[in-house]
Amino acid sequence: MLAALSASIGSVTLPLDAVLKTLTGSTDVDPVMRQIILDFRLPRILTALLAGAALGTAGLLMQTVFRNPLADPFVLGVNSGASLGVALVLLALAPVGISLTEGLGASGQLLIIFASSAGAAATLFVVLLLSRRVDVMSVLIIGLMISYTVGAIVSILMFFSMAERLQSFINWSFGDYGNVSWSHLRLFAPAILSGIIVSILFIKPLDALLLGESYAQSIGTNTKRCRLLVLLAASILAGTVTGFCGPIGFLGIAAPHLSRYLCRTSSHRVLIPASILIGALLSLGSDFVSRGPGLDVVLPLNAITALVGAPVIIAALVKQRNMKRLFG
Amino acid sequence: MTDSNQNTTLATRGLSIGYQQGTAARCIAKDLNVSLEAGEFVCLLGPNGVGKSTLIRTLAGMQSPLSGQVQIAGSNFQDIPPRERARLVSVVLTETAPIGMMDAYTMVSLGRHPYSGRFGSLSVEDRERIEWSFDAVGARDLAQRQVAELSDGERQKVSIARALAQATQVMLLDEPTAFLDLPRRVELMSILRNLAHKEKLALLLSTHDLDLALRFADRFWVLTPEGQLIQGYPEAIAMSGDFAKVFASENLDWDASVGSFRAHPTPCLSAKVNGDGTAALWTKRALERLGFGTTEDNASAVFSIEIHDESRWEIERNGQTHDFDTIDDLIDWIQLQDWSQSPPT
Repeated sequence: MLAALSASIGSVTLPLDAVLKTLTGSTDVDPVMRQIILDFRLPRILTALLAGAALGTAGLLMQTVFRNPLADPFVLGVNSGASLGVALVLLALAPVGISLTEGLGASGQLLIIFASSAGAAATLFVVLLLSRRVDVMSVLIIGLMISYTVGAIVSILMFFSMAERLQSFINWSFGDYGNVSWSHLRLFAPAILSGIIVSILFIKPLDALLLGESYAQSIGTNTKRCRLLVLLAASILAGTVTGFCGPIGFLGIAAPHLSRYLCRTSSHRVLIPASILIGALLSLGSDFVSRGPGLDVVLPLNAITALVGAPVIIAALVKQRNMKRLFG
Repeated sequence: MTDSNQNTTLATRGLSIGYQQGTAARCIAKDLNVSLEAGEFVCLLGPNGVGKSTLIRTLAGMQSPLSGQVQIAGSNFQDIPPRERARLVSVVLTETAPIGMMDAYTMVSLGRHPYSGRFGSLSVEDRERIEWSFDAVGARDLAQRQVAELSDGERQKVSIARALAQATQVMLLDEPTAFLDLPRRVELMSILRNLAHKEKLALLLSTHDLDLALRFADRFWVLTPEGQLIQGYPEAIAMSGDFAKVFASENLDWDASVGSFRAHPTPCLSAKVNGDGTAALWTKRALERLGFGTTEDNASAVFSIEIHDESRWEIERNGQTHDFDTIDDLIDWIQLQDWSQSPPT
């Protein structure tokens, strides 16, 4: 329902019945409308759903591994790594005369995706390399420090950049589901599905980790291996989303908390599907709002996710009265 | 509930424990050769910071020994794969509650992980063992409660039930009574002792609650600051000078004659107490607390107390006598006096 509504809203508002007819396979629709729906709106909706599911799952994994309610999918710095990649392409390469992104053409889009994925992967590699010997809390701090460092480099790049270049970087940082086409989805969807499958395979050790690493170890969990693979899966989920859609904040921290609040459990067998579902719905809802029903503009997706999500979390916490009852 | 017919369930062979710091090793204790038998409740004692937790972590396989071996039922613990280990040894740590909204039943069911399948689904057998574990610690009514909302004592019971659900031969507990009040501590210790005896568990518990350990433990392991591990029956260790050596400090002394520690081992002033029974005992305790020694010698006493019928105290000091009907009045009077002028004994 939300999906159908979402499909009808965009730079051109389409009648809802046309959307429904197209989606049910009927050919009795204006071919232009049909094309808009199938080639632009549908991929956007799928992207929104997948991205939300990915961020919800990644957030849950990070919160469990770090035993920290404030952990989000980007604690290991994949977001800032991605933004460095994009900043390098948009800001640093431009003065040298390379401007593949002029008008954000198809090849430029691909370059951005490549740059941000590479940036995210490189940062993740550095963090995991440094984290091999330290305890889990230190991993969190190392991730944060790397984020700050990388963020600082991005700031310096921005300082030396021209206004129009800056604008396209800022546009990227707003986040957008609309840049993912069917051909991108062929890469995007499998990456996210595999990340989600890995996290489902780790349901049991994740439950064990709720007791803390020592206890988890004492009931037969290989905590080091589990920690590494889960962090990797979460970062791939988060990095893929950032790569294709830009940095989408908030969903990753909100979806797991809402799942806990609604399902009143800490069992990952329930929380993983719940986070996938809630993440996907929040994501689609935010996209819908950002397209501004009745407005001519597209609002920054990143702002909408927080505007929609934050009050929900606050309400849940106020109703629970304290964090301990929700998170422990 | 154990399958082992062997008596010695856990043993160490030339075990050295400590931490690897870079290339240097910080050794806490070395060449330990001790054993823990099925069906016995052993208390591990030692002053704070002596390495009790390190020993427990090493025995539990959470930390590698610097050298030597921990053997469980005859095989080297380090060679046993994690899942098998978890069926042999369970632990209870001081570590706090699990995160998230977890009810006690779920927490105890995590103890079945070494037996359950890929996604941790519980079989009928698993559920029976979980319920048995709740009953064994008398916590059946806690099963549906949120762990975060339990009191410290209740949470510790659930934690022990979780370890019991693992159905291991050995259970290691690191200061499980640390945050509990006295009645809760006594309750927990007697639950644990009964479990060791009835279920033939080999149970090791670290504590610095010497008093309670003396009353409940079948045997003691005492870890000394020098890195030695003394083992023996509680009374034998209490009678020997070992306690005094291990625990004595500047203002605390082990008194083997009463089986407890004594503050201010070198009082400046002494008093003489005549009388017996409860009143005399607590009068002496009060004097000790206030910094007086007790003496039988009239000459060295700065004052003497005569107790009549356990309910009337008569103090004689410098030829004057004072009568008190309650120990409160007696203590008040002693505290109000100026003792600085009295000749030291």
